[in-house]
Amino acid sequence: MVNPEIQGKAYPSTAPYTVGREKVREFARAVLAESPLHHDADIARAAGYADVVAPPTFPIVVQDLTLQQLLADESAAVDFSRVVHGDQRFSYTRPIVAGDELVGTMTVTSVKSLGGNSMVTSSTEIVDAEGAHVVTAISTLVVRAQEEDA
Amino acid sequence: MSGQAVGQPVFEELAVGDVVAERSRVFTRDRLVRYAGASGDFNPIHYRDDVARSVGLPGVLAHGMLTMGAAGAVASDWLGSVGHVLDYQVRFTRPIPVDAETGAEVTITATVAALDPEKRTARIDLSVVFAEQKVLGKSQFLVAFA
Repeated sequence: MVNPEIQGKAYPSTAPYTVGREKVREFARAVLAESPLHHDADIARAAGYADVVAPPTFPIVVQDLTLQQLLADESAAVDFSRVVHGDQRFSYTRPIVAGDELVGTMTVTSVKSLGGNSMVTSSTEIVDAEGAHVVTAISTLVVRAQEEDA
Repeated sequence: MSGQAVGQPVFEELAVGDVVAERSRVFTRDRLVRYAGASGDFNPIHYRDDVARSVGLPGVLAHGMLTMGAAGAVASDWLGSVGHVLDYQVRFTRPIPVDAETGAEVTITATVAALDPEKRTARIDLSVVFAEQKVLGKSQFLVAFA
């Protein structure tokens, strides 16, 4: 069982993550995103962006750094081998582009139990080098019950 | 924006119920490995059958975020440079087992679900179907047109 007392807990901000142009291209290929905005910096600039644009789910890369903090937190007692992804949301202020330096800060917003399963919802605020909001990534992880707990 | 290319979406021409994009995608084991590397999600249930089975799963599953990413890419490829995403959310309702030889074929359909002419926003609902069943719930992609 996940420790219910982590509800409300805030974790330290991550070290800055620099969004690389090749990383954006690699991620776009991995999710089969074909728009030239993800691949061609000239086309992205012509459309008004500073560099290639990251696909919509790219913030998971930064959010994952914060989720690793949760999984490494022994007091939280989240068993990674029993985690399934329940839901996911990205709420944007602006698109991410190559060259952005992003910092994520996660707060555990809710811990619920249902039939031996635990549901942990966390919210990661992602800001740029100026501290301006870029995107908030929210996910619910379902930690499935051990057979003996169920 | 001047010189708009043929085929780019035009907000005024959209109607609720329009299917704006449909794509078939095959998730193979090597696609899962590629996604693991690109995203940093190296949970072994996405590449090792023995580990997946040891935690009670039928075998290797696709990453939920690969499904969400591939569906979102269909919507953002459709949108191109005429707007940008404001919000994208999904619920993962069914796993996608990925056969080692044949992979798993999914069909992604993007449909206009709501329009706000004042804010010039469109909500695109994304359906992802595997083996004749939807694998995502409340899969909503909200975009703002320039």
